[in-house]
Formats: sequence, structure tokens, C-alpha cells
Amino acid sequence: MIALSLSMKVTLGAALLGGVAGVVGAFAVLRGRSLVGDMLSHAALPGVVLAFMLTGSRQLAALSVGALATGLAAIGLMTLVVRWTRTKEDAAIGVMLSSFFGLGVVLLSRATRSTTGGNSAGLNSFLFGEPGNMLNSDLLLLAGVGTAALLIVTLLFKEFKLVAFDADFAASQGWPATRLDLAMMALVAVVTIIGLPMVGVVLMAAMIIVPAATARMWTHRLHTLLLLAAAIGVFAGVVGSRYGRGVPAGPAIVLAAAAMFAASLLLAPQQGLLARFMHTVRLQRRVAQDHLLRSLYELAEPQPQETPAIDFESLQADRRWRPARLRRLLEKNQQQGLVTLSGGVVTMTPVGLRAAAEATRRHRLWELYMMRVAGAAADHVDRSADDVEHLLPAAVVLELEAELEADPKLAFAAPRVPPSPHEIRAGEGDR
Amino acid sequence: MAPALEIHDMTVAYHRRPVLWDIDLQVPECKLVGIIGPNGAGKTTLIKAALGLAPLASGKVEIYGKPYVQQRHLVGYVPQRESVDWDFPVSVHDVVLMGTYGRLGWIRRPGRAERETAERCLDQVGMLPFAKRQIRQLSGGQQQRVFLARALAEQAQIYFLDEPFAGVDAATESAIVELLQTLRSDGRTVFVVHHDLETVREYFDYVILLNMRLVACGPVETTFTPESLQKTYGGRLTILDAAAEAMRQGDPGP
Repeated sequence: MIALSLSMKVTLGAALLGGVAGVVGAFAVLRGRSLVGDMLSHAALPGVVLAFMLTGSRQLAALSVGALATGLAAIGLMTLVVRWTRTKEDAAIGVMLSSFFGLGVVLLSRATRSTTGGNSAGLNSFLFGEPGNMLNSDLLLLAGVGTAALLIVTLLFKEFKLVAFDADFAASQGWPATRLDLAMMALVAVVTIIGLPMVGVVLMAAMIIVPAATARMWTHRLHTLLLLAAAIGVFAGVVGSRYGRGVPAGPAIVLAAAAMFAASLLLAPQQGLLARFMHTVRLQRRVAQDHLLRSLYELAEPQPQETPAIDFESLQADRRWRPARLRRLLEKNQQQGLVTLSGGVVTMTPVGLRAAAEATRRHRLWELYMMRVAGAAADHVDRSADDVEHLLPAAVVLELEAELEADPKLAFAAPRVPPSPHEIRAGEGDR
Repeated sequence: MAPALEIHDMTVAYHRRPVLWDIDLQVPECKLVGIIGPNGAGKTTLIKAALGLAPLASGKVEIYGKPYVQQRHLVGYVPQRESVDWDFPVSVHDVVLMGTYGRLGWIRRPGRAERETAERCLDQVGMLPFAKRQIRQLSGGQQQRVFLARALAEQAQIYFLDEPFAGVDAATESAIVELLQTLRSDGRTVFVVHHDLETVREYFDYVILLNMRLVACGPVETTFTPESLQKTYGGRLTILDAAAEAMRQGDPGP
């Protein structure tokens, strides 16, 4: 084997672990089983210590077997408690997690007391993780298990996806849904356990949950989500182990992942806070503009002319605008060429008049629709129309027209398109 | 010719509490069958038992004369809409594609043929324009159509639909009924858990009336009668209730 420096080994190991934990963790998160990973890692501690007491070595392979044993025991007990008592799953998980962890800490203090110094010092690192203790064989085990886990997820992607989404439907097609479900959880268990010496039992669950939860904010597709979760895990592993100088690497890795989670919370498209804020601002702007245009149109309606002029005071009184706000709004619309404001008189440009007529039409169409179809009272529709009309997509406006056209009282002259003055040849529009 | 569905002496229990008692019924093929009964009558359980999703305490289920395990490829399933997480990161097209997984078998990925099947099924329920949408963005009626398209993609002979009209708009309901009637005239047998007694005669040509035990099973004209409805919905079956409670408590009773 090529000799690697310790820091290189640590970085490689952390990246591997982050990537694999991100992928298998995604299924746990999507199945609503995030806490099972947490329970498993905490419950692994007594197993690690017992295995060490029995074998006297801190080879990862031996300790992992112990960890897996007590981890699975905790899952088994939790399932039994949920099935046979009235304890809810989250409470049962809490009970098992803390009891097994408590047992682990007690055993750990005995183990460190009974053996003197050196050998057992490595065990303490299982609490918060210490990749500096990593052996070459540990890295090989990590690489082997990681590759196997990724291979299984790749091969059984279709099956896992089906069972994770709809286990009953999968079973109706004859898939062994329960066993596939268990296989998904077993992958989580194995990856959790090989990650323990690096990140520690307390924080390992974060490696399972955080990358997937972060990736979920960026995508609506499962395979993209898996790739993203892997990338986030790798990145957290590298950043945490390289740049977390002077601090324990495990917490540094978890903090790196948490930082990405926080950043996604802000920046993610659609679900991110920033995106939502921008959406609200854009909507408010649009609503304000619609209101302004409609006020202008309705004030100008009694005496139709090509470029109606309305004085500032009556416009302001129409909706009780705050003068400063109205002025700002008018200036913005002036920049867009919809109105001109000079000497206390607001004049609509032809373009502005067109836009105002359109806004008013949408409002009134919706009012009429609400009155006729939803049976809303005439003095209430103004408000309810106000809530919706700004959001009406063009297609719905067309539907509204179609719906209301049948009424002979409403003559909606659909904008007429004159016939083309020249012959339209196919393909010409593409040039 | 063996009947499409045949159930013999079937009893199903959840947590030792019997939900269905001693069901015996036969349904010939090419029927649109309503499964009718009050809440807690075991309608969903009947479907799940027929699909092998609920363990039988006794009895057997046969599809075209053979056990379900051998006939799975003949069966399509539409579970209740609330049974899945609609936030799951898949598109409408992905969900419908899942209908083809049963035929594909282990590891093989869906190819062009499967994708075309999925698109055709989406088109049949009028959801093709929504193929790329994330499933969370759908209305209740649209979700139900997607589930139906997924079952169509299973290209089955017998379909089981669990409350396909729950929380669905009137337009979707009539579109679904029309589609089910087409399936029936193509020789399929369709079982539908249904709640609205007023539409039973209009929608179905066969009914299974259920209230923990089988009340009646047969053609709508002769079976869906006031007397059998009275038996289904009227007087509580107090003896069965008491027996079930006793079994749950584990008491032999006085």
C-alpha cells in the first residue's frame, strides 16, 4: 500500500465517510427514520467497549462487530416496546438511545480504569471521534464498506426508490418490501458504525441526516438528491478534517455540514428564505402596481380619453395611499413609461392605459366569477378578488372569459387580431 | 372458466382482533365491482388480504383459480392516496413508471418501452402535461389520477382501487368512472372501495356488501336492495363486536 501521511489519510477517510453516509442517509431521511440512525450510533457505544474488553484490541473490525450487536439490540428492543406497549416510536427511541448510551459511558469508565493508559485511550475517541487515531486497516475497511454500500444502492436504486415511496404497492407487485426496507436500514447501520471512530457516537447521526436534509432543499429528484448528498458529505469531510485545526475533527466535519445546511436554508431555490422573501417582495410590488393602475383607470373611466390625467390628491384619496409611498410608486411606474408625473398631475401614457385596462379587466372578471359561481355577495367580492387577481395566470384569465362569455350581459370583446397582411409560410418564424 | 376472484372461508385479524370473519365470495370476470360498507367494515382489509398485504388468519384467496402469489402479474393496485408521502422527491412520470417495475424484475432499469408505457397511461388519465411536475404540486384529484395511471402501467387483468373518489373533484370522479368502465369493457375486472351509496347503481354492475362479515355479493340489480343495505348499515353487529373485543382482551367471557 502506498504510504500516506496521516493528514492525507484522515482527509481521505472523512471524504469517503461523508459521501457514503450522505447517500445511505438519504433513504433514512426520506423514510422518516432519521432518529433511528441516532439511536443506533449511541447504542453502539456499549458494544464498542465490550468488544474491546473481550478482545483487548482496538481494530475497527472487531469493535464494529460489538457496535453492530448492541446497535441492533437497541433497534430490536425499541420495536418490541412500540409493538407491545403504548409507547410511541419517538419516546421508545429516546429511551433506548439514552439507556444504551448511559450503559456505554459507564462501561467506558470501567474499561479505562482497569487497563492502564495506552491501549484504551483510543476508546475515548469513540465519544466525539478522533480521526488522528486512524489505522491503515481502518481506512481500508472504510473504503471496502463504502464501495460495497454504494454498489448496493446503485444496483438496487429502483427497488429502494419504490419501497421508500410506497411499500404496500411494492409488496403488491411481489417485492420483498420488508426485507428491502431492512436492507436500507442495515446499510445505514453499517455506515454509521464504521464512521464511529472518526466522528464519534454522539455526532455520527449528523453525518447521516444533515447531507440528505440539505440536498432535499435543492432538488425534487431522487437520483440528484443522492448525488448532491454525497457531494455535500464529501465536502464536509474534506473541509472539516483539513481546516479544523486545533479542534477535534469529528465536530469540525459536522459543523461544516451544518454550515451548508444553514446556507441552503437561506439560498435554496423555492424553499430558501431568500427565495421566499424575494417572491413576497415581487408579489407586493406587483400588487401595488396593479392597485395604482386600477385606481387610475377607475378615476379616468367617467371621461374616457387617450391619455387621461388625474390630479395627485384625488388619486391619493382613492386608496388612502401614504403620499410618500404613492410618490415612490409613481416614480417607479414613470421609469417603466406607464405614467408621467408633473406638477401634481398624473398622466397615463397610452401604454399605461393599456396596462391599467388589463389590470382592471382581470379584477372585474374575477369579481363577476366570484359572484356568479361562488355566490359571493356584491359588497364582498372586491376584497376577495383583491386576494387572487394578482396571481391569476394568463390561462386562467382565458378560462374566466370563456366561463363568463355565455352571459349575454357581458360583452367581452376579446382582443381582435387582424389577419396577416402577407402570406405566412411554414418555418419562416424560426429565422 | 375460473372466477376472477374467489375467496374461501377467509378470516383476517389485526393485533389478534378479527376484522373480517369467514368471508366466502366469487366474482366473475369482466365486472365493475363496488365494495360497500360502513366505516370499519373491513373494506380496505378485504383488498389488502386479496393482494397478500394482510396476513390471513384462515382461508384462501384465488385469482383465476390460482393462489395470489402465482397470479400477481395479473393484478393492479391503487392504494389510498394518504398512504404515501407526497413530498417524496419524485416526478409524476417517475411514479407512473413504478407500475412497470413488477414486470422488470430485479436490478433491470426501465427503458424506452417502459417510459412509453408510462406516457401512454398518463395520457389515458389526462395527466401527460404534468409528467415533469414534482408530485407535491398536484391537487388531490390529480394525485389520484397519477395513482390510477401507475396501476394502468401494471397492465393488469384485475384492478383493486381503495377509495379512488376520496377528496376528488367531480370532474375527476366522472373521468375515473369512465376510464374504469372502459377497462371493464376491455375484459378487465375492477374492484372499487366506495362510500357514496347514491352513485352505486350508476357506477357498478356488481357489489360486495360488507360489515365485518359478508352481507351479500352479486349483481347490483338483485343484490343492492334496501333489505341488504339495512343489514349492512342498520343494526350494529353487536355479537361480532363483543366477540372481537373478548378475543382482544383474551378473556373467555362469562
